[in-house]
Amino acid sequence: MVSKLKGRHGTGIREASSYLGQNYMVVESSIITDVLQVLRDQEQFDYCVDVTALHYPNRERQFDVIWILYSFPRNERIRVKTMIADGETLPSSVSIWPTANWLEREVYDMFGIRFDGHPDLKRILLPDGWKGYPLRKDYGIIQQDQEWVQINLGIESGQ
Amino acid sequence: MTEPTTTDPKAYLSHLELGEPDKTFLDTNELIINMGPQHPATHGVLRVILKLDGEKVLGTECVIGYLHRGVEKIAEHRTYTMFNPYVDRMDYVAAVSNGLGYCEAVEKLLNVEAPPRAKYIRVILTELNRLASHQLWLGTHALDIGAMTPLFYTFRDREEILKIFEKYCGARLTTHAFRIGGCLYETYEGFEDDVKKFLDFAPPKIEEYEELLTTNRIWLDRTKNVGTISAKDCIALGVTGPVLRASGVKWDLRKAQPYAAYSEFDFEIPTGTNGDTYDRYLVRMEEMRQSLRIIRQAVDRIPEGPIMAKVPKVMKPPVGEIYHSIEAPKGELGYFIVSDGSTQPYRIRVRPPSFVNLQALDIMVRGQLVADVIAVIGTLDIVLGEVDR
Repeated sequence: MVSKLKGRHGTGIREASSYLGQNYMVVESSIITDVLQVLRDQEQFDYCVDVTALHYPNRERQFDVIWILYSFPRNERIRVKTMIADGETLPSSVSIWPTANWLEREVYDMFGIRFDGHPDLKRILLPDGWKGYPLRKDYGIIQQDQEWVQINLGIESGQ
Repeated sequence: MTEPTTTDPKAYLSHLELGEPDKTFLDTNELIINMGPQHPATHGVLRVILKLDGEKVLGTECVIGYLHRGVEKIAEHRTYTMFNPYVDRMDYVAAVSNGLGYCEAVEKLLNVEAPPRAKYIRVILTELNRLASHQLWLGTHALDIGAMTPLFYTFRDREEILKIFEKYCGARLTTHAFRIGGCLYETYEGFEDDVKKFLDFAPPKIEEYEELLTTNRIWLDRTKNVGTISAKDCIALGVTGPVLRASGVKWDLRKAQPYAAYSEFDFEIPTGTNGDTYDRYLVRMEEMRQSLRIIRQAVDRIPEGPIMAKVPKVMKPPVGEIYHSIEAPKGELGYFIVSDGSTQPYRIRVRPPSFVNLQALDIMVRGQLVADVIAVIGTLDIVLGEVDR
């Protein structure tokens, strides 16, 4: 499977390996849609388990975005990972797996990563007017949007 | 100054491609109403905005996050051991399952394995918890639809399970029953007798629930062909658990990718055919019986030996990441843990089954009646603590 994808994308597949028996691959963000589409259509990864992200503030490309996929016919999992810088956008995978809708919204809500072509990209767990992205590493654990709390809840602090 | 967050429901629905209302002689207008967040049938604080044509649902939008506590953020500021009790607070009616998933994920990352006896204790308690979760679901779901008696029956019987939990670890709901590497507590004196007594006690009770509902005319009317979802849609929307199985997909992580000691037991995966609310009810009823079957085998064969593997006092898993998932009562519950080699996880992502399943609400209720929305929310078996985390 990896060699097939490598034949198609060459160096776009940066790494394909496994850790503790779990397969993963790291790909360039420019070919991510194509890789995901091929995985679903040709490799039978029909179920998108999760979409999530990681923040490494000291890296040039700060974010890892990760798709965890599962294939019902093969009973196999794979993780597809790509890296992007702050402010860059990724193509949405909602057209490939509708379940990515809320999952991508949560990534946007928590990390501020935008997905192009998402039907309704807005905050999901936090209120719409909230400022800041809590799961970034530079967001403190007791930090909050004081202004939002004061206006909407009428109290000094939500703590 | 920022504008206060909008509470106008119309703003939420602007992006949906909604159907036009039927032309009738009454020329009814479309109606947009709020259900929740404070509404007894939403099982917590879920706000659903409904667009209606008379009583017919044209589209919905869920507004969630009222119970958001930032569990994933908290995890990054705690050690692996300290975070263990937090997972119980997500799906608080199936706390034992949450703990099992988390402990196993960290164990994989540390490359240790729980001893056989610990695995058996885990299976027994987790399956008891599945039963308790299904009983709570049945009671509240039936209450939503208008049958009050099952609630009293199921809560009466669920009490017996909670008593076992309480005797085992001192807590009834947020049990914190397992530790990374095994179990902290050895079974108490008489644990096996208590479990066996429960195994004899439960089957006639399940019969009793079925007698009340399975052929009940009103129950059939309210659940048959309500909230139907096809297997194809389930997979596309990532729906798992009993909802997926009721649509005819024979898939259960306990069989597909066995964890704990599940590969050693004999049990069936019940499936449905129509994928409607009634099939989901039947699937969960059968799952309760299968859980009893697993518990009986586990209690008969429980091995002697240690209950805790050798784990370091200060846990520093090697740099790397792991995804581990289990079949929780509501579906696939996954933990994606990234370690940077320190005592605290770099990131813990929880893949909650309720959150993903709730996404299917919209396509399940379109074209149905308002009253069916209540039935469908009930049948999805969501827990808002897990949806919002």
